[in-house]
Amino acid sequence: MILVLVDHDRGELDQLSLRALTAARKLGQDVEAVVIGKEGAALAGIVGEYGAKLLHVASHANITDYTPMASGRALKDLVEKLKPAAVLAAGSPRGNEQLAHLAAFLDLPMAAECSEITLGAPHHVLRARWAGNLIESANVHAELLIATILAFSTEPESVNGNAAVVNEFEPALQPQDYAVKVLSRDAGESKGGVTLTDAKVIVSGGRGVGGPEGFGQIEELASLLGGTVGCSRVVTSSGWRPHAEQVGQTGTKVAPDLYIAAGISGAMQHIAGMKNSKTIVVINTDPEAPILGYADYAIIGDLHQVIPALTSAIRQAKG
Amino acid sequence: MDVLVCLKRVPLAGGTLILTPDSRDIETKHLGFGISPHEENAVEAGVQLVEQMGGTLTLLTLGPSDAEEQLRSQLAIGATRAVLLETDGQEWDPQGTAAALVDAINAEETKFDLIIFGAESADSAGYQIHIRVAHALNRPIITNVKSMKVENGVAVCDRVVATGREHYEVALPAIVTVRDGLNIPRYPSVPGRMQARKKPVDMKKAEARVPKLEKVNLALAPSKSKGAEVLGKGVEGVDALVDVLKKIGAF
Repeated sequence: MILVLVDHDRGELDQLSLRALTAARKLGQDVEAVVIGKEGAALAGIVGEYGAKLLHVASHANITDYTPMASGRALKDLVEKLKPAAVLAAGSPRGNEQLAHLAAFLDLPMAAECSEITLGAPHHVLRARWAGNLIESANVHAELLIATILAFSTEPESVNGNAAVVNEFEPALQPQDYAVKVLSRDAGESKGGVTLTDAKVIVSGGRGVGGPEGFGQIEELASLLGGTVGCSRVVTSSGWRPHAEQVGQTGTKVAPDLYIAAGISGAMQHIAGMKNSKTIVVINTDPEAPILGYADYAIIGDLHQVIPALTSAIRQAKG
Repeated sequence: MDVLVCLKRVPLAGGTLILTPDSRDIETKHLGFGISPHEENAVEAGVQLVEQMGGTLTLLTLGPSDAEEQLRSQLAIGATRAVLLETDGQEWDPQGTAAALVDAINAEETKFDLIIFGAESADSAGYQIHIRVAHALNRPIITNVKSMKVENGVAVCDRVVATGREHYEVALPAIVTVRDGLNIPRYPSVPGRMQARKKPVDMKKAEARVPKLEKVNLALAPSKSKGAEVLGKGVEGVDALVDVLKKIGAF
């Protein structure tokens, strides 16, 4: 049996976890899912749709929000009881962190950001390194495989399964397990609308935008296409835009249907965060910019002219 | 306040990576070396805390003896001393690395109030060493910290997530991992560089363990590289782009 940690934020499903469920199913064994926190029980329908027959719900009075070490303890309790062949999660900051706590509790190896898994003795994985620019082939010497699935390496596939049967359990938490937890939240940097991970369309700006005021036209185009604004690392480190909008290895990894990169040359770490987008359009003055190697379509020109023209042309076409 | 910052020597790769003939490592003959990006923020945070509150800042790394170069350049920023756990030059797996760091931390006379790591290494990105160290030392850990202050023995930290900011507090002693953007790392001054040459760097031999996550080899990731279709120059390309967007159902 393969156990998959399905991550959620106060009941809101992490979409990458559906890809982890799909990757788990491809290993040819039964798949069971686990969520941390009782709000996760609401996900029984969707995890069933993606092939999990059982949904284990770790419920505890001291798990009320993200509490990574408690997640590790709950997973440990469950693993010792169920003895799965592997525990998988999405290769997101939270997926990696929670499984690392499990691995530390059990003193077992963990392979992060895997694009391919073969169970055996030893287990074999392909995993991403150097912001996805290198693939490591590695053996994992342990009976239980603990691994996270590289974001966007597997397309989510539904099997139209019935809702998973919910099995609630109470992990035996120690006080140190919930010493670190979210105390409060501030939505100050979010726009309350579509988040980067969920957006179908992202219009991203880079150094070429020239300053914070240049993002007005990017916002306008994004909203016209029902999407959201992204940016490169130089933009957030210059303070032009909030960090929550940063796309890349050190920001958010995305794979929207349409990614428009304006004034972004394409540093290795930015490419790692957007190269899985379905259609990539580049607007750049430099015909040699590295990002063109990953693009489907390009306009060679100044975004300050192209984007306003594009926005008005789309308005016209929409009528 | 006594702070420890853990660092890793990594090659400074530009746009393209080249592998060694046996495909086990990156060819570094023509590359310089530095530390992982988030670690510059970690050192800056340590220097600031010691400036504000007094105490010491120790640097710790595991790697080849050449990693002394990275330790000296960070000592120039304002750290007090450094410890280098010398390997045979081979890359160690995360469990072996964490165990060696834990042994070295336990062997120190100083009981560090705060241990800081960068959020992820530029090269191997295993996302676990800091958590293994926290478990072994029985200390709380907050990861991916984007702003931090220490008040009355409590580390007050924020991390940035897709929906905004998460706020955490934890009593010291503790461990944090920090991200780029936490602060603006300073450049070493000329007197700083001079002093760094004389600061103590303890060299210790570290014993390798049999890796449980065993690297077989490396390969370059395939790039999409179908080449972009250029729709035009400047505003001349706009009509063609509108057609493409219509075709893919963008509006």
